[in-house]
Amino acid sequence: MGDQLTVVDKAVAAEGVVTLALARPDGGRLPDWAPGAHIDVTLPTGATRQYSLCGDRWDAHTYRIGVLREVDGRGGSAYVHDELAVGDVVAFGGPRNDFAMVPSTRYLFVAGGIGITPLLPMVHQADLVGADWALLYGGRSRRSMAFLDDLAHYGDRVHLHPQDEAGLLPLAAWLGGARDDTVVYCCGPGPLLAAVEDATAHRPPHRLRTERFAAAELGAPVRDEPFEVELARTGTTVTVTPQLSVLEAARRAGATTLSSCEQGVCGTCETTVLAGVPDHRDTLLADHERAAGDCMFPCVSRSCTDRLVLDL
Amino acid sequence: MTATAPSTIPTVDVDPFSHEVLADPLPMQGALRDAGPLVWLPRYDLYAVARYAEVRAALVDWQRFPSSAGVGLSNFRYSEPWRPPSLLLEADPPHHDAPRAVLAPILSPRALRRLRAQWFADAEDLVAGLLDGAGRVVELDAIADLAEAFPLRVFPDAVGLPAEGRENLLPYGDHAFNAFGPANDLVAKGAPRVAELSAWVAAQCARDVLTDDGFGAAIWAASDRGDITPAQAPLIVRSLLTAGVDTTVHGLGACLAALATHPAQWERLRARPDRARVAFDEAVRWESPVQTFFRTADVDVPIGGAVVPEGHKILMLLGAANRDPRHWDAPDAYDLDRDPPGHVGFGMGIHQCVGQHVARLEAEALFAALTRRVERLEPAGEPTRHHNNTLRAWESLPVRLHLAS
Repeated sequence: MGDQLTVVDKAVAAEGVVTLALARPDGGRLPDWAPGAHIDVTLPTGATRQYSLCGDRWDAHTYRIGVLREVDGRGGSAYVHDELAVGDVVAFGGPRNDFAMVPSTRYLFVAGGIGITPLLPMVHQADLVGADWALLYGGRSRRSMAFLDDLAHYGDRVHLHPQDEAGLLPLAAWLGGARDDTVVYCCGPGPLLAAVEDATAHRPPHRLRTERFAAAELGAPVRDEPFEVELARTGTTVTVTPQLSVLEAARRAGATTLSSCEQGVCGTCETTVLAGVPDHRDTLLADHERAAGDCMFPCVSRSCTDRLVLDL
Repeated sequence: MTATAPSTIPTVDVDPFSHEVLADPLPMQGALRDAGPLVWLPRYDLYAVARYAEVRAALVDWQRFPSSAGVGLSNFRYSEPWRPPSLLLEADPPHHDAPRAVLAPILSPRALRRLRAQWFADAEDLVAGLLDGAGRVVELDAIADLAEAFPLRVFPDAVGLPAEGRENLLPYGDHAFNAFGPANDLVAKGAPRVAELSAWVAAQCARDVLTDDGFGAAIWAASDRGDITPAQAPLIVRSLLTAGVDTTVHGLGACLAALATHPAQWERLRARPDRARVAFDEAVRWESPVQTFFRTADVDVPIGGAVVPEGHKILMLLGAANRDPRHWDAPDAYDLDRDPPGHVGFGMGIHQCVGQHVARLEAEALFAALTRRVERLEPAGEPTRHHNNTLRAWESLPVRLHLAS
């Protein structure tokens, strides 16, 4: 099953949005993260979803995520809203960060709906380092816009645009006049991202960073039953039970392993995958590297297939 | 210094940076571990942790034990650092995020694959140069001829440094690691050359000085993408030049010393050369080339019934943690079969050595060449220690190599 988290709090953040606070069952320290990071959460139903972390990184023991009920979704968000309760346990992987904050003295954040979640810790951080920043936050209606309380104390740096009151986000006005050294961060639905890309096409390169909000399902279902790992160098095959990491199983079978952090962070245990499809749970590989499936970090990553063959 | 012992905390009157301790830190390490989970050193009005659990907990806790007040004895809140602080080692989130995020993939195992064949060939060539035509038994200095020679041959090229001036790297690094300690004779020894060496290092960090295919160029390319600022790029290159040479030299030296004095382990490495990374990491645990780092308490931090008060420095004894019998079975044994991971010789947490995979690849390459050519390895005279306020190092390590037929 990999690493697990317990739901320690569940709250309604807006119409159709709940926040979950997650902690290790033993209360231990969680892997570090930075604004823009997300975790993979595997629900008790077996569905895996990615959620941006939107809590406080100075609290090393709690993650916070925001979950929008997706009316046309595949059931993951409905389960979180209707079934998942304080005390329940979910599996998680990561955190990973494909939307990292780069250093700048000026930021413009553009959030559409639940796309506010990764931007919330960014706003906090921009404020912390004394950057000049503004947030343009649009949603269907004020009632549907989460985290307004968290944002209230930033005063007029935050510009709320509920569509039913104020219409569409005034992107041309905001982005057209942005200084060349302003870095724009945008997260939201596809049409918003496209509009922001259009409105910033004239700007210098690398000044726009986007993340599409879409609850993308990970490739293969995660398995919670045992699987087999063949250690190619010795020909030994070991069974990896849900309670055991691949690394530990290989080690018990006498394989030469070297590891350090055992949290999928440091990269020491990188292992070549010769056959089978790994279930990546690390913080290191980019999406295209995960898809390649030719290496894995056996301290945390597992298997999507009945059998993995590793160069161990 | 007159300092009064805080109540309820064990006091140990020892100077971890005296020549006596630097010559053999193990007795002091044991005394500090046994004194308690948190101890106080009156000599420097300094808190210290020496047990594995407490050292590891302090290392990962960047929230309560930040690094931006310096990771040496000197507290940057009150005293000017000797050089502009490192963007990695001496920085906290959020400022630490981007430099680390840029450097980690450049030094990742996947990125290093392109160097592997060349480094293995370079190691073969270095070893051949020492052994070819020298008879069946060869005596050499394992430090100068191997532990220093190999990193200096491959690492500056990998960074993309010009050929001139590379002899400055070791003295610069030696001073940087001395400077984490108190202003003692070791720091004074390096002082006359600080300006000259710092100027040379700074000059090597400029974009037009570096080759276009090395780690340095990759750092500058990240500034083109806006992932770091152009002002940050040279300081991140500087981190490679400061922390990437002496540490690896002394790690390899530790491994050579361990294998020279543990013939059965050499035998096992020869039988299974693919265990070179394990042999190296076990040497990093056993010897802990980086012995100590400091943090500064950002709030009052309770440890084992006592408290590190806000604003005070805490010394983390990595070497003591790596030999703590509360954590390790037979900690003083150098044993390739030791499997439990998690030594803190590279640190732990967000500041864990970003170059550790580079060091391991250098070790793999060097020991692949040595195990192929050398049947037996033994000491050939008294080794001498090199004293440094942070590093545990050899000045010279005479060895006798019996070549395989």
